[in-house]
Amino acid sequence: MVETLPQVAALLPALVLAATGLALLLVDTISPDARSNTSMAIVSALGALGSLSVTVWFVASGTGSVDTGGAVTLFADAIKVDTLALFFIAIFASVTALVVVAAHDYFHDHDNPAAFYSLTLFAATGMSLLAVANSLAVVFVALEMVSLPSYVLVAYLKQDRGSVEAGLKYFLVGALSSAVFLFGISLVYAATGSLILADIASTSVEGLAGVLGVGVVMMIGGVAFKTASVPFHFWAPEAYEGAPAPVSAFLSSASKAAGFVVAFRVFTEAFPLRMAVSANVDWMLAFAVLAAVTMTLGNFAAAVQEEVKRMLAYSSIGHAGYALIGVAALTLDGPANGTVMGAAMAHLLVYGFMNTGAFLFVAMAERWGVGRTFADYAGLWRRAPVASVAMAVFMFSLAGLPPFAGFFSKYFLFQAAIDNGFLWLAALGAVNSVVSLYYYSRVVKALFLDDPEMSSALDAVDVRPTALYAAVVFAAVATMLLLPGFGPVIETAEAAASALF
Amino acid sequence: MLEALMAVAFAGALTVFLAPDEWAGRLAFALSLIPFVGSLSLWSGFEAGGNALLGGEVAYATQIEWLEVGGRSVSWFVGLDGISLPLFVLTTFLVPLAILSAWTPVDTRQSQFYGLMLFMEANLLGVFAALDFFLWFVFWEAVLVPMYFLIGIWGGPRRKYAAIKFFVYTNAASLLMFIGFMSLVFALGDSVSSFALPEIAQAVAAGDLGTWFGIPPNTVALFAFVAMFLGFAVKVPIVPFHTWLPDAHVQAPTPVSVLLAGVLLKMGTYALLRFNFTMLPEQASALAVPIAVVAVVSVIYGAMLALAQKDLKRIVAYSSVSSMGYVILGLIAFTEYGVGGATFQMVAHGLISGLMFMAVGVIYNTTHTRMVGDMAGMADRMPVTVGILVAGAFGYMGLPLMAGFAGEFFIFVGSLSAPALPYAPVFTALAMFGIVIVAGYLLSAMQSTLFGPFELETDYEVGPAAFHDVAPLAVLLVAIIVLGVAPDIFFEMIRDAAVPVVEGVTING
Repeated sequence: MVETLPQVAALLPALVLAATGLALLLVDTISPDARSNTSMAIVSALGALGSLSVTVWFVASGTGSVDTGGAVTLFADAIKVDTLALFFIAIFASVTALVVVAAHDYFHDHDNPAAFYSLTLFAATGMSLLAVANSLAVVFVALEMVSLPSYVLVAYLKQDRGSVEAGLKYFLVGALSSAVFLFGISLVYAATGSLILADIASTSVEGLAGVLGVGVVMMIGGVAFKTASVPFHFWAPEAYEGAPAPVSAFLSSASKAAGFVVAFRVFTEAFPLRMAVSANVDWMLAFAVLAAVTMTLGNFAAAVQEEVKRMLAYSSIGHAGYALIGVAALTLDGPANGTVMGAAMAHLLVYGFMNTGAFLFVAMAERWGVGRTFADYAGLWRRAPVASVAMAVFMFSLAGLPPFAGFFSKYFLFQAAIDNGFLWLAALGAVNSVVSLYYYSRVVKALFLDDPEMSSALDAVDVRPTALYAAVVFAAVATMLLLPGFGPVIETAEAAASALF
Repeated sequence: MLEALMAVAFAGALTVFLAPDEWAGRLAFALSLIPFVGSLSLWSGFEAGGNALLGGEVAYATQIEWLEVGGRSVSWFVGLDGISLPLFVLTTFLVPLAILSAWTPVDTRQSQFYGLMLFMEANLLGVFAALDFFLWFVFWEAVLVPMYFLIGIWGGPRRKYAAIKFFVYTNAASLLMFIGFMSLVFALGDSVSSFALPEIAQAVAAGDLGTWFGIPPNTVALFAFVAMFLGFAVKVPIVPFHTWLPDAHVQAPTPVSVLLAGVLLKMGTYALLRFNFTMLPEQASALAVPIAVVAVVSVIYGAMLALAQKDLKRIVAYSSVSSMGYVILGLIAFTEYGVGGATFQMVAHGLISGLMFMAVGVIYNTTHTRMVGDMAGMADRMPVTVGILVAGAFGYMGLPLMAGFAGEFFIFVGSLSAPALPYAPVFTALAMFGIVIVAGYLLSAMQSTLFGPFELETDYEVGPAAFHDVAPLAVLLVAIIVLGVAPDIFFEMIRDAAVPVVEGVTING
């Protein structure tokens, strides 16, 4: 933290996002005539990038890191800004920037695009708040702040039946899981008498371990919903498929990461490993089972899909399973606790770029109107070589093939799990990665090797949506550059995660 | 210096991607000469001795830390020794020639084609230069991506099948190999602090392997050896993992076949030498008999399969399987001449098979058929091409004073006196018999297609090939003869690097 700034400036990344969202809303309300899709997109992209730059600056200058005086706590410990939070805010801001840029072309003929940008930024603000939340009350409020705009965003194409249906399904499952999560919080409060994470950890739960245990299980349910993990995953394929593709990108990358920040921080800080072992509230085991089931279910379901977007939805469930290893492969005094969680964080960052990019390619295909299935993508390479190469990069990287960043992030996750004694989880992850290569390479095969059924099928590719192209290409470049540049990412993440143990 | 050559190939790839189709071929050729000239200067300045993995000197080494996770660091670590330098030079030499041979047959999307060729070159150079496991693996896998597209987009009628088969086979193999190597690293535990290959090789040699998840060190080493051997066997390829090769070769366009046979197969044997035979000599000599058996089976069975083919390209493809069998035999012999000869044979076979594929491609450009029965008397119409093809075929059969003879001779000398291999003379004699079959199918195929009265049903005049088609053939032939007359230009440094490998087995066994 730069000393001259007041403490509250540590929240600057979240404040920038919130201010941008409010400004957009203000223009939209006061002078609806002055708004234009382009200016709205530019302002929101600048807001997201501004937040990203502040975040990177804070990380570089050591705000909230252990080396420079520790985390910055605000508002009677309800907020805690540390490197972990900043790392996740960087993911949220990057994904938001990509999504709003892409949305400019996607919603080019929508009659009210302005609300999209402000809703996206409000959701991103909620995510940032989730990253810095140090009290279960703040966690819940922030979670709702992410969820409510998300419901609207999924149903944003209100003339489109699929979009509206997806929004309703998402809302119903979301409302249920919010209720479960909130009930979990209340049980934890009943057992410990506190909502601040550190105070929960330091309270003795003698005789109330059962209540605490039920509360923890319910909170796991809330996390599972947000991260689209088993058993609350079934909304994801429906919502991602029906939602406008940029929204799917946003939900499957940023919103999922937001769920993980809850898992990573709340469980390790409020119910530390020592307490989990002594009170017999073994949430690590619960997460291990969830991780195993989630990655297997996601990958095998993705393998049988015929629509690219639905395949990506299941693949994002599979990746939630990989990232859950970060909270599953933990043991009391494990030698690699920080490494495994740090590797999961790094995987989420890389995933943020490659998955967002993949969904944005789908957005481009929707913009062209070429169709939704693998067969509809046949031969797209001939008309859109750059975007197709970018999509190949995303697919190979998601599958974890070198020379792309997804290889390193997955490898180090599995390596850390093995170092911590979870060979079975890493082996299962490796097997799932092999399965995933099958369906990811189907996309590449369709794009590059297959011939379209009718040569006129490619005529649909008649426009070059500049902003969408820019977002896709940028995501691809980031996916490639994160391989040579993986060092600082994993080292920051490892340090941030180690501070939790 | 090494980095500069790889960077030139990589930047060249990007430049050619963006260049217009009309002069992409010429630009790619010109750019690919830069790494070649550079590698010649590396060769002339090369003075290092010993094996890079076993404590020898590493020429042109650079080591920069990349990242560190869980107590092990990954670094950009490249360098050459007597084993990798000849293969490095071979790659930079073959790529310009392959690009030249693409000018006639490749007529669609040239800039992408040549861009991918240069991209592949950059990664191939990385495979031979990398001395850090992760760096090596990244390059190793990155070779697959351009190859997949080169076969899948510019290939023959069944290109999709061939490309996917190639991709699936080699990727599954890579995974197996990766798991094998990683089990070794994990079993080494805290005794290594990086993924640098020299450090790992020396730690294994020093007996630092520990118990891992309750599995005793010897079992881990055996598992690692078998997993890596199977993984590399697909790449080499060794019978019975060879079935992807004929499909890939027949469907791939000529210049891609040249690189596939000339360099990509050598990745497999190079990796076998570097990983299996250098790091785990004890396990290798324990498994000497089964390995020698698969080597001899590859030699004989590959040659028999070639005998049965009617497609000239398939004949050359199967004979590659046979030739790679010799390399495996040389490696398992664990003698100075065996291991050295195997490495020499990699280079020699790279040149000879490159020449054969290229010559078949030149004939195909004119005749549009590769079937033995469809044509006869090609020598009448294409005297120069046919002359070089015949000379190359004799090189394949091991005619003295050509590179193939030197390679096979060294291997047989080495394997006859192999101390660690029981029944060494029997295996050697059986493998030698393979040469007879090679002579049989090559002579009969040439007899029916090249000589006799001219016969080919076309509605156009069949004439000599263009200069830029024949020139690379001539250059390759000269290189084959030079290497056959003066094998020491490579063999000396190869032997220098092979001796420590051989000493490894005599100490342990």
